[in-house]
Amino acid sequence: MSSVSTNEIKREFLKSKMGLTGVFILLGLVLVSIITISTIPVSTFQEWNNPEKWILYPKTSVPSWVNLLSSEKIPEHKIIDAEIFESHKDEIFLVSQQFGVSFEYDDFPSDFIFETKTKYSDSHLVQIKVIRPDGIILEILSTSLPHSEIDTIHNQRYFSTDSMIKKNLNAYKDEFQFDFSIGATEIIFSDLNENQVQKGNYIFIMDTYGIGEPARVLESKMILGGKTFGLMGTDELRRDLAVGLLWGTPLALFIGISVSIGSVVVGLVYGVYSGYKGKKTDEAMMRFNDVIYALPALPFLIILAVTISNSIFLMIGFLMIFSWVGIAKVSRSMSLQIKTRQYVEAAKIMGQKDSKIIFKHIIPQLLPYAFASIAISVPAAITTEAGLSFLGLGDPSFPTWGQILHDANTYGATAQGFWWWIVPPGILIAITGLAFVFIGNALDVIVNPKLKR
Amino acid sequence: MFGVLMITLLLTVSLVGSNMDTILKQGIIYQVRAEITENTSIVQGFNDPKEFEKFVQQKIDERVKTLGLDTPWYSPQRLGYTMYKILILDFGNATFLTSDSGSSNVGEIIFEKMPKTILLFTTATIIISIIGIVLGAASSNKIGSKIDRITSTFAVISSSFPVWWIGMLMIFVFAFVYQIFPARATPNIASDDPGYFLALLYHMTLPVITIVLIGFGAWAYLVRNFMVGIMQEDFITAKKTMGISKKKIVYSHALRNAAPPIVTILALSLSGSLGGAIITEAVFDWPGMGRLYFEAISVMDLPVIIGSTYILTVLFLVSIFIADLLYGYFDPRVRTSN
Repeated sequence: MSSVSTNEIKREFLKSKMGLTGVFILLGLVLVSIITISTIPVSTFQEWNNPEKWILYPKTSVPSWVNLLSSEKIPEHKIIDAEIFESHKDEIFLVSQQFGVSFEYDDFPSDFIFETKTKYSDSHLVQIKVIRPDGIILEILSTSLPHSEIDTIHNQRYFSTDSMIKKNLNAYKDEFQFDFSIGATEIIFSDLNENQVQKGNYIFIMDTYGIGEPARVLESKMILGGKTFGLMGTDELRRDLAVGLLWGTPLALFIGISVSIGSVVVGLVYGVYSGYKGKKTDEAMMRFNDVIYALPALPFLIILAVTISNSIFLMIGFLMIFSWVGIAKVSRSMSLQIKTRQYVEAAKIMGQKDSKIIFKHIIPQLLPYAFASIAISVPAAITTEAGLSFLGLGDPSFPTWGQILHDANTYGATAQGFWWWIVPPGILIAITGLAFVFIGNALDVIVNPKLKR
Repeated sequence: MFGVLMITLLLTVSLVGSNMDTILKQGIIYQVRAEITENTSIVQGFNDPKEFEKFVQQKIDERVKTLGLDTPWYSPQRLGYTMYKILILDFGNATFLTSDSGSSNVGEIIFEKMPKTILLFTTATIIISIIGIVLGAASSNKIGSKIDRITSTFAVISSSFPVWWIGMLMIFVFAFVYQIFPARATPNIASDDPGYFLALLYHMTLPVITIVLIGFGAWAYLVRNFMVGIMQEDFITAKKTMGISKKKIVYSHALRNAAPPIVTILALSLSGSLGGAIITEAVFDWPGMGRLYFEAISVMDLPVIIGSTYILTVLFLVSIFIADLLYGYFDPRVRTSN
């Protein structure tokens, strides 16, 4: 098993379809991780548990690509930025914030909110109107910013549920052919003849009139409430699941790879040393190995997580404690064989140090086996961590896939049918696992010729 | 083996020991204060609040001493006493949890839950091993055939899905989309009702299907690999040349020779599944050891944690031992001569 050269492994590996598939999936995941780390700002991931960050997002909404699959188009949750135009006539300055919406859905939006942050002094008048696809202009709200003597920064939100809007809409009652006892959005987005969605481009205009000087708009958004959002939808706490899932990728790779490398290195050195030394050292070390082997891993991991800490780095350490045992056993028996080879004996007679013999002559022979076991032990590490997080024992400050599933379970996602919350994390766990299993199996077949038949 | 058991226990006790002490002490302080404030005559007897505090502290110290909490948990007498009590299966009383019949004795709680876990996982393991052995033998019969390739692929794919996630999906599909099975696996009739056992079986279906679905692929693959190894042995070739049909060789001669490793792994996977039961039972809300363990951890009920860890370790060690014995029974080569 140790006579396989590196080149041979490479050549054989390139022949194995399974191994190549695994490598491709892994490369894809690494690419996703790199893109995530470089494009999504770290702040989104640090504020994963900060509800304020997600306030503008919809609650438990379906991923927006669902619309591609069904004929009934569900309105999408949109966050629209304003286009700002300024003009003035004599003393009167007008700041016009325009929000264009192309509305092509079969159902009314649930609501809309204007959120603006302006810097102004004195009094300002605000008028909101909408130009509909059929050319009708509805003036829906006229109000004013609170009077201020000095320069002030003011945050203002206008909600579609405002009773003033409904009152203003009553002025257009004659143009619509149906009963007005419905919500404001259902009137604004409706056909004239019957209460059905009128598709097309809507322009919402928010005009701010000021005398002497214009109000300066610092931030301005219109939120059109819908039931679909983004690539992956959102959860009960309005969090964008795409962000969580994307951040979960580098985390899962990090956990899996560091646990497996750590445990394989420890197991390899421990086993080889034990086998090489032999006699009483071997006996004692193997008994210790047996003790760890006989410990029930999951209960102990849970106790460790509860009593010591659930920080992700310590968790990696705990996972290592329980996963080096098997590797130590196998590498011990391998080193028992290798140590009887003549070149090892020769090195010994030449008076080389034990550590040098182990690291220079024995361990390099075991490297192919070590790589295969690293790949094979990654999925177990990932699923165990996910399982612990699922029980609520994970590190809450990191959005791992297990953590997302834990949240899904606590908010009863299965009972309420939020499939987009449950399915993707599990599939990602499985895909990551599969990639490593493929690579590991392909390597294993090459390293252990016995499996070849 | 006994040594391993003791080390496990020692580790558990030392991990939870200090926490247990602080919790117990806080409990005592709370209890003493409640008792004193309830008894108004004592309170009225004091004029100086400082003196009163002193009195309270004295009472607390007294009680701590009688319970032996004044020595740290790692002192030899206490450690020895704890270990001794656990050894004779006296786990004391649970702090929060109770059994269904209302008893808070940890031993009773565990022995009430254990049969249910054993029922669920033994059933699942037996089904898995039957399907696995049949499929494994069939695919080793025709290596490279369709059934072989499907089994191998399924084994690889199914082993990378977490069982509890499949469980969530199964609950989602079969309990909510199509309402065939109940979502919670705990039957809601009293346990002395004659229909209880049937209800339990009905509630058990979904968890069993889930565990089997995830488990049998890997089993079939394992059996197949053992069989492939055996089919290359000389005696099989000899049988072939004798003209015995291949089917007969596979199912009677080769399978019998593959038995020792298969039985060993069966015993090990049975005990291993008990540890994995924690998450599965939490998902399905199955009233067994795993859920008990999970509940105990979430409320930090230390006597229950220690008791269940002990029982789990004992079960694990016993099954390793049984696996060793069985191996010797099935494979005469490892029998030692006397």
